[in-house]
Amino acid sequence: MKFETVIGLEVHVELKTQSKIFSSSPNAFGDGPNENVNPKDLGYPGTLPVLNEEAVNYGMKAALALNCEISPYTVFDRKHYYYPDNPAAYQISQDEFPIARNGWIEIEIDGEKKKIGIERIHLEEDAGKLIHTDDGSLVDYNRQGTPLIEIVSRPDIRSPEEAYLYLTKLKSIIQYTGVSDVKMEEGSLRCDANISLRPVGQEEFGTKIELKNLNSFNFVREALEYEEKRQAKILSEGGSLEPETRRYDEKAKKTFLMRVKNVEEDYRFLPDPDIVPLTISEEWVERIRQEIPELPDARRKRYVEELGLPEYDAGVLTSTIEMAEFFEETVKHGADPKQASNWIMGEMSAYMNKHQKELPELAITPEGLAKMIGLIKNGTISSKIAKKVFAHLVENGGDPEEYVKREGLVQISDEGELRNIVNQVLDENEKSVQDYKDGKKKALGFLVGQVMKATKGQANPQMVNKLLQEEIEKR
Amino acid sequence: MELTKEEIQKVAENARLHLTDEEVEKYTKTTNEMINHVQKLLELNTDDVEPTTHGNTVKDVLRNDIPKRWEDRDQIFKNAPDHEDNQFKVPALID
Repeated sequence: MKFETVIGLEVHVELKTQSKIFSSSPNAFGDGPNENVNPKDLGYPGTLPVLNEEAVNYGMKAALALNCEISPYTVFDRKHYYYPDNPAAYQISQDEFPIARNGWIEIEIDGEKKKIGIERIHLEEDAGKLIHTDDGSLVDYNRQGTPLIEIVSRPDIRSPEEAYLYLTKLKSIIQYTGVSDVKMEEGSLRCDANISLRPVGQEEFGTKIELKNLNSFNFVREALEYEEKRQAKILSEGGSLEPETRRYDEKAKKTFLMRVKNVEEDYRFLPDPDIVPLTISEEWVERIRQEIPELPDARRKRYVEELGLPEYDAGVLTSTIEMAEFFEETVKHGADPKQASNWIMGEMSAYMNKHQKELPELAITPEGLAKMIGLIKNGTISSKIAKKVFAHLVENGGDPEEYVKREGLVQISDEGELRNIVNQVLDENEKSVQDYKDGKKKALGFLVGQVMKATKGQANPQMVNKLLQEEIEKR
Repeated sequence: MELTKEEIQKVAENARLHLTDEEVEKYTKTTNEMINHVQKLLELNTDDVEPTTHGNTVKDVLRNDIPKRWEDRDQIFKNAPDHEDNQFKVPALID
């Protein structure tokens, strides 16, 4: 039997406001345990939550960037559950009146564009963090009250690869809006997946399995691929599935049963009487919409159509807003777009990977890079020397022209001077000259190398080639 | 509307209350009496009344995003049965 895979994703994103969503405690990652905790965060009776306006702004910004409609009327609810990460025994979330609905993300798969629907986005508070030890669990409530948005996709995803593309796009869009760090390794983006299979052509959904402990987009894809095969095998053999929650084990590359969901958890949602309803005017929505920068898809299109970049380059350059803006600034400072792209995607990305650094941590400026590209173009430095200049700029910043002058790296393009050096090299390598004359064209490469060595890489390579051939002819 | 004993049992479980059989019997009876009493409200005609979530007309209460550390931080463990390394300690719980 042939099956169709149906996947829905729930993504939680932490918003990087200064303070928590319902209290004034600082919202910060990495502080000492329970440093950012007050009586409200601990769920003490008599404390009152007050909604942080910036959390609403950020949630709206993300929702608008994801093509959602903002609700003019929105309500916060209590979701009840008992677990030590949640001192009030309820989480403040949104049930029937979420802040946004009906969005979509466009992905591209096998050259086809496809829209994945977003059913809703709601605002809620994050819970504390538990560390399990041998004789008990330790609780840190710093994260309790961090503003979150939960982004619930429609069950429009049809393969693990589509899920991966959806997540990558979602992360990139939210990163552009600046409302979150969206770092899975720090927990500022988290994902749960629901997957079911149904016979091709069947309208009704199959039994849904929820997957947890998905710690990277690659693991999401792997876990879904495993689960797809596991379910297909059971169903093909005439078996049936029960609704359950399974966790992904990254090492074993398998999913394992956590619990069977025979009883639907009873969260007893009710409107939180401590928080009054919020109305959102059209003016407010428009003000937030204006703050959204040009998003990755629009930029990618522009880089291809207006700057003549290949699709691949445009895709890489727009993967983060920092890279896109660095590129655009470099071009604004006069660099040829393809040259700028080559340096950013090549040397600069290699440097960042090697040193585990992010773009804002690099000393090089778009102006510096543009100037350096200019120096290559006008023949002041060779592209070989440029690598050396780049290595200096990326660590120290500054003006490449000054550096090139100070270090005496200016390319030797003086024909007379080069011709002398070429003849010196030919005198010292008579055998190679003979080899070349005997038809071993490779010998020329060796001779070029010798000239470059003699000039510490500063000779103009095109001229060296030309002069070598001329001088060999004379011999 | 009548609540069954099973429903009362479930409400008790949700509230982490352990009830004896007699107590379940008793609360099923008294809870149903209360519900029947309040049922009178259903006789009101609410056709023209908008559904509501809150009992008053206050709305749009917001706070500026200004962080402030709580001054009496040492007090947070005073009501905690146990703590260790600035963290609350609870019985081992693996989800």
